[in-house]
Amino acid sequence: MELYELTVHELIEKLQKGETTSEQITKNYFDRIKEKDGQVKAYVSTLEEQAMTKAKQVDEDRKAGKKLSQFAGIPIGIKDNMCINGTRTTCSSKMLENFVAPYNATVIEKLNAENMIYLGKLNMDEFAMGSSTENSAFFPTHNPWDLSRVPGGSSGGSSAAVSADMAPWALGSDTGGSIRQPASLCGVVGLKPTYGLVSRFGLIAYASSLDQIGPLTKDVTDSSLLLNLIAGHDPKDTTSMDMPKKDYTTSLVNDVKGMKIGVPKEYLGEGTSAEVKEAMFKVIKKYQELGATVEECSLDIGQYASAVYYILACAEASSNLGRFDGIRYGHRTENFENLKDIYKNSRSEGFGPEVKRRIILGTYVLSSGYYDAYYKKAQQVRTLIKKAYAELFQKYDLLLTPVSPTTAFKMSEKMSDPLQMYMADICTVPVNIGGLPGMSVPCDVDSEGLPIGFQLIAKPFAEETIFRAAYTYEQNTNFRAEHKPTFRGGEA
Amino acid sequence: MAQITRDEIVHIEKLAMLNLSEQEIDNYTKDMQEILNYAEIINNIDTSNTDETIATTEQFNKFRKDEVIPSKTRENLLQNAPSQVEGMFQIPNVIN
Repeated sequence: MELYELTVHELIEKLQKGETTSEQITKNYFDRIKEKDGQVKAYVSTLEEQAMTKAKQVDEDRKAGKKLSQFAGIPIGIKDNMCINGTRTTCSSKMLENFVAPYNATVIEKLNAENMIYLGKLNMDEFAMGSSTENSAFFPTHNPWDLSRVPGGSSGGSSAAVSADMAPWALGSDTGGSIRQPASLCGVVGLKPTYGLVSRFGLIAYASSLDQIGPLTKDVTDSSLLLNLIAGHDPKDTTSMDMPKKDYTTSLVNDVKGMKIGVPKEYLGEGTSAEVKEAMFKVIKKYQELGATVEECSLDIGQYASAVYYILACAEASSNLGRFDGIRYGHRTENFENLKDIYKNSRSEGFGPEVKRRIILGTYVLSSGYYDAYYKKAQQVRTLIKKAYAELFQKYDLLLTPVSPTTAFKMSEKMSDPLQMYMADICTVPVNIGGLPGMSVPCDVDSEGLPIGFQLIAKPFAEETIFRAAYTYEQNTNFRAEHKPTFRGGEA
Repeated sequence: MAQITRDEIVHIEKLAMLNLSEQEIDNYTKDMQEILNYAEIINNIDTSNTDETIATTEQFNKFRKDEVIPSKTRENLLQNAPSQVEGMFQIPNVIN
């Protein structure tokens, strides 16, 4: 068995027993990247030289008996919208093609404190806007289970890399499903933490009231380990909550007896494919066998979540992306005579079509005369969605839904129809609107061998409940042993 | 149902500091019409007496101590500037 096939907790065990070194692990990953990334295209940039230097350093320190974190010398992949000091951070946009981050994101500071190693920066939809990673200004990422299909998005590089064993784990970001949907389409575990649990400092903003950083991992145990590392209050992000630190690994308990799980019937309706539905019913049955109470419930207002999401997210994006002016950083046009030309031409040349579409939509809903009808109204509906969730969580510990209404779709299938692409998020968006935690757990494959994930949703800051239920499911099923990406469908 | 006109997209283009081609204006006019037609389903909900949610966590006005802490150096902050002169960001003349 190759090192790259192992989970992080397995790698840690091997390191502790002295059976391998960080250098061997890191080298093994770069070999794998060289073997597979030509087909998958998950990485925007790799950091091999600095990674190997760091790996050797950690090995020497460990040999010398220096007290090190158990994560020292463990590699990780980072979505290319998080700043690593001195490293190119592009957001997969021409606007930031040559941007070298002058500081570290808080999550990076936290990983640095553990002496972890960065394999590279992972591809994404430009500025995290999209559900297929086809909106990257550089190249699309391919799904390792079928290279003619999308990996999902926007953290498609992160999910594809973990799925293809080109990173043991990765960080992604999730604004409307951008961790969970690609995790589902690539058969890995993806967690969007509660809004406010993880600092957003140094995450290039898309929609600030919805964005959250989270782990993409091979299993639930790794997810809890990585959340332990990145969670916590940060004075540099006033929306991060100041609350006692938790150890999420204590929630890895193989027992769901007495747990109450609600299944909102709206997510198992017409819009969801028959095979995804069938997979959900199998998961429900499994939880019942394991002693949980599973009941149908209703989240009628959830049907409005996508409309609310695209209004709010685009409004926030149009404001956030106002900073790209061609003056302080980012692309500057060569075609200008005055300051206004610099603004307009730099932005028009630097942003891709989907980013412009969302800036236009966001500017429109915030503009005079339309603000009340769209933006204010959407914020009011947001209140009602939050309330509906709160009511459900008085009755249930968890909600269970599909992550994506279908398995991975063909590349370019939805690119000509923005509205159809937006519907890819229909099961994940409500969770961001409510600021709740949600996890995608792989559970099955469809008749074409493409992965299916189910989503567990909990009330704010109840990640423990999700970990417990997801861990129990994982311990009593066998997805990872039974299913592997095939890398078929190349040159299609 | 809101009718999105080409002129409105041209107005939005100005507000958003973009320079769109004729083709882009046509495309975005059509896209906005479709997306906003869809978004209007939220008008089916009664939101009278409903507050707006601006943030999902219920914490407001967080204060910190006003302390002097090291900040980035000038070189550090200028390193990504497309054009700089004497340690400053350079832009074209704005006052004639």
